Order: sequence, then structure tokens, then C-alpha cells
Amino acid sequence: MGSEKKYFFDNPKNVKRILYFLYGSCVLLLALDFVIHRHVVHKWENLLGFYPLYGFIGCVILVLVAKWMRTFLMRSEDYYANEGKSDIDEKPGIDIKKNNEGGGA
Amino acid sequence: MLEIPPFLPFFIGALVAAMTRGVLRNVIMLATPILSALHLWMVPEGIHLQFTFFDYQLTPYRADKLSFMFGYVFHIAAFIAIIYSLHVRDTMQQVAAMMYAGSGLGAVFAGDLLTLFVFWELLAFTSVFLIWARRTQRSYVAGMRYLIIQVLSGVILLAGTLFYAAENGSLEFGHIGLEGISGWLIFIAFGIKCAFPMAHNWLTDAYPEATVTGTVFLSAFTTKVAVYALARGYPGTELLVYIGAAMTCFPIFFAVIENDLRRVLAYSLINQVGFMVVGIGIGTALAINGAVSHAFNDVIFKGLLFMSMGAVLHMTGRINGSDLGGLYKTMPKTTVLCIVGAASISAFPLFSGFVSKSMVMSAALEEGFDWIWLMLLFASAGVFHHAGIKIPYFAFFAHDSGIRASDPPNNMLLAMLIAAVLCIAIGVYPSALYSLLPYDTGYNPYDATHVLAQTQLLFFSALAFVWLNLRGMYPPELRSTNLDVDWIYRRAFPLALQNMFSFIWKVDHALRQAFLVRLDLYLAFLSQRNKGISRLLSRTYPAGSMVMWVAVILATYLFLSFITH
Repeated sequence: MGSEKKYFFDNPKNVKRILYFLYGSCVLLLALDFVIHRHVVHKWENLLGFYPLYGFIGCVILVLVAKWMRTFLMRSEDYYANEGKSDIDEKPGIDIKKNNEGGGA
Repeated sequence: MLEIPPFLPFFIGALVAAMTRGVLRNVIMLATPILSALHLWMVPEGIHLQFTFFDYQLTPYRADKLSFMFGYVFHIAAFIAIIYSLHVRDTMQQVAAMMYAGSGLGAVFAGDLLTLFVFWELLAFTSVFLIWARRTQRSYVAGMRYLIIQVLSGVILLAGTLFYAAENGSLEFGHIGLEGISGWLIFIAFGIKCAFPMAHNWLTDAYPEATVTGTVFLSAFTTKVAVYALARGYPGTELLVYIGAAMTCFPIFFAVIENDLRRVLAYSLINQVGFMVVGIGIGTALAINGAVSHAFNDVIFKGLLFMSMGAVLHMTGRINGSDLGGLYKTMPKTTVLCIVGAASISAFPLFSGFVSKSMVMSAALEEGFDWIWLMLLFASAGVFHHAGIKIPYFAFFAHDSGIRASDPPNNMLLAMLIAAVLCIAIGVYPSALYSLLPYDTGYNPYDATHVLAQTQLLFFSALAFVWLNLRGMYPPELRSTNLDVDWIYRRAFPLALQNMFSFIWKVDHALRQAFLVRLDLYLAFLSQRNKGISRLLSRTYPAGSMVMWVAVILATYLFLSFITH
């Protein structure tokens, strides 16, 4: 890989630049709230920084809940592939053992 | 002027394509949507084909603004998808795709429920070949499940149609509403095809198992036909607002933890259809416009996203987020085109999603659906998160997977380019799209308040992604299967059946065993008894000689009866 061409994001500085651009835009957008006169339909929209806050918190909650969902929804990749076989990694909550007994009869 | 029903050119095209090959077939397949679209452009509104079937009036071809809207976008989708699949040399797939597009067109121009039913089922039977064309065991069983659910939807539609005919004495497909058995049955049939919650898994199950090009076709037609049918039959049904809002929210959680990137897109497809369903449920002119135009845009940008992920799968043979990354280095064109699709679905200003989704959101606010509006807002942030960021990020950036695949063949790039140009063109100049809409609302998406609000929402969602990533809190892509409702029919139901049968067999076995033991006992007892009796009556004669003598007597009797006659 040493001789390979250097690509844009191989340089950590470029990643930093993108991030700074994002931070800058966020600050600017927040500042625009004060400048632009907004005609709002709903009272919640009047709250300062409603949309930015909602977007940020919404996404954090989304990701954390989704992560938590993994604890009881996640199975091995071939969970459905070997239907009726015993080599499925077991998780609490679903009784896979029964399947084996049933298969034998 | 002779009006040709729009499905006919596609069916003829499919037939001719089946009999030709090579370049000629490609030319025919490309010419079909172009000629058909040109013809459709000149067709005026109205009923163009009608006849009486037994006592009922059938209308296989009726055109109004609503059906035109879907008719146009289906032509665009078919054209783009055909370009995308020009390199494919698979008669089954190509013919099925043409038939499938034709069936979609047939359904949206159907003026009566019976015609709708016919195309409804045709959609299922033609599209399943796009899944089976992958020719793997996995795709075969996924296609089977898909087919069963789609046909089930069709059967329910047929039952609803029969009830509808009995209740109303007509088969006309207009406003139906949730009245009577027919209203509910047809609603359920539409709902299954529309991927309502609990009935949504056929989509996330089957679409990612289809071929690279097949998924592009699949994403365009089936669910949009269902959206069309709901918009025609159930506008203003409040229940749809809640169903739609649920559809926008729950799939995004699954999308965040899903590894197969085409399955992520399948979940986000449900999320987008949710916005349309909410719009139909609100039912005002603005909301219906929003729903229909969002369907129009979704066909294009979702198609673009499926095409870009298809290109990745085609070139690398992989589609799991955990296997990909760093592809921007050698697939720059695909990366850019994918980002355009991602920006469109996320409804960035100047991209197509913005001008249509905002109509639904505004309508929700205007009609006082505050909580629904909040859910939609959350879903908008969420869709940006999983489709707008996650898809391009894990495929093209993230960690370098070491894969050095080049950009896909030119026909694929061209198809994606056309879709991307349309996404931007509609976003920049929405009036062209708005002029096609069923109602004139004079809506302008580009006012400062609105643009600012949406941009803030999106940028801070991106900030959340960056923050979570830097903190190491973002869930990594893992090779896994995530359980969803399909677990019920893929695992729980078979398991329950298996257990039930094994229990029945055990009981059955035990009963037989007990019976046999008893029988043996009785036989032994009887033979014991019989021994005594038989000794008494026929001590030395074997049973065989007895039988022989009976036979002799009977034969004599038969002989005598012949003589006497």
C-alpha cells in the first residue's frame, strides 16, 4: 500500500477541514435565527434554536435507541439460513432449544 | 385519435424483446418507454376505453391528472432502469422488467376495480422474476415469501372488489372510504402493498435479494402503485395519517443498525412512503399534492440510490457496510451521484425531496396535526441520518476496506446521471413538477423561513452524526441479521407448527402404542377363549378346509342359478 496514490481523505488535514466547515456552517445557521425574520406557523417554532436542537437531539436519540435495539434484535448473519439447525447463537428471550427437540420427532 | 392503453406498448415490447437479442433487443427496450411516453403526453384526460362485462361497466383505460402523474414517472423510471440494465444478458429478467413496468402503468390507468385487480396480480407475478433472477437459494425463498404476500394482497383485493360490487352495484374505482366490509378489505389489500407497519417485511426481505438491476425496477413500481391506489380510494382517511407517521418513524431505527446497504434503502423506502401516506390521510389539496409529488420524486431519487448501491454491488460483489469503505478513491463518479441521491432524499434545499416533502409537512401543521408534524420532523432528521449520511459514508468513506473497484460501466453511470440531473432540476425549478399536480395551490417551498429551518435541521443532524462518531458512540456496522416482524412468519410460526406437530406425533404415537398393547391383550384373551370353543366344535379340521367347503357350496349355488335362468 506504500506506493499507492494518496487520496483526498488520506490526509487527516482534509478531514479536519470538512469538519471545521460543518462546525462553521452550524454556528452560522444558528446565528441566522437572529437575523432572518421568520413567519412561523407553530408556537414551538418560536423557540430559539428549535430546529437545530430538535435535529441534534433527535438523531442522538435515534442512534442510541437503535443501538439499544441491537441488544435484543441482533442475531448471527445466517440466523435464517440454517433454519431448524442447532448452530444458531442463542440469545435470551427466544427459545431455540425447543426447535431441536421438535426436529428430532 | 386512437388511444393506446399505456401498458400495451410495454407488453408488446416485452414480447418482441423475448424474441430478439443483442443490440436489437436493447434498442427495442429503450424505444418502448420513449415512444409510449410521447404518446401518453398527447393523450387528453378522460375515459378512453370502456366496455360492459356481464352487468358491470369495465374501464381499463381512464386518464386524469392523478394517473398521468404516476404514468409519467413510471415512464421515466422504466427508461432510467432500462438504461441501467443495458449490459444485462438475461431474457427472463429483461422480459419480466418490461412486463412489470407495463403492469404498473396498467394499474394506475385502471378505471375499475377488476382491471386494477388484474394488474395488481400481474405486478406480483412479473416482479418476482426480478428476485429469482439472482438465481440463489436465498433469493428463491425470499421471492417465494414475496410472492405469497403479494398474491395474498391481490386475493384480498378481489374479495373486497366482490363485496364492493355487491354493496354499490358498480366496479368503478373512485373514492372508496372505510365503509362496509369492502372498504376495509380493499384498504387492507392496498396496505399490504404499501408496506404498512406489520405488513412491511416483504419489502425489506425481498428487495435486497433481487438482482442489481431488478431492485431498481422494484423500488419504482409496486409501492407507488399502492400509494396511487390509496390516493384515489382513501384521500382524507384520518387513520392513514397515523399509519403513515408510524411508517416514517419505525424503519429508521432498523435502518441505523442494518448492515446490508440495500436493505437500509429498503427501510428508508418505507419511511418515504410514510410521508406520502400521511399526505393522503390529511387529504387537503396541499397534502395530496405533496404526497403525489413526493411519490414522483421518490421514484427518481430512491432509484438513484438503489442504482448507486447496485453499482457498488456490481463492481465489488459486496453490499454489507462492514465489508465496504473507502470506495470514493476509485469510484468517484458513483460517489458523487450517490451523494446527489442522498441529498435529495434528505430534502436539502435545491434538491427534489425538499420541494415535495415540505408540502406534506406544511399541510400537517396547517391541519393541526402537531404531534404528527413532530414525528415527521424527527423522521426527516432520521432519514438524513441513515440514507443521507450512512449510505454514502459506509460505502464510499469510513475505514478503507482496501477494495479498489472502478466506476461501473457507462450505461449504469448514464442512468444514474439522468436521475441525478432530474433530482437537481426538480429541486431548482419545482414549477415544472407542480404544473403536473392534481391541484393548484400556489405553494412556494423556497421562502426564507422554510429553507433556514430545513437547513438547520439537517446540519445539526450531521453534527450529531459527527459527534457520535468522534465519541465512538456510533454503532459499528456488524455482520448480523436483525429481527423484525418477519420473524413471526419465518421463525415463530414454523417453530410453533413444528412443535405442535411433534407434540401431535408424540401423542399419536403414545395412543397407538397403548392401543396396540390393549389389542394384543384382547387377542390373547380371545384366542385363549377360542381355543376352548374350537376344540369343542372342530377338533381336527383345519380352518382352511372349512373355507374350501364354503366356496364349494357357493359355487354350486351359482351354478344352479345359471341353470334355472
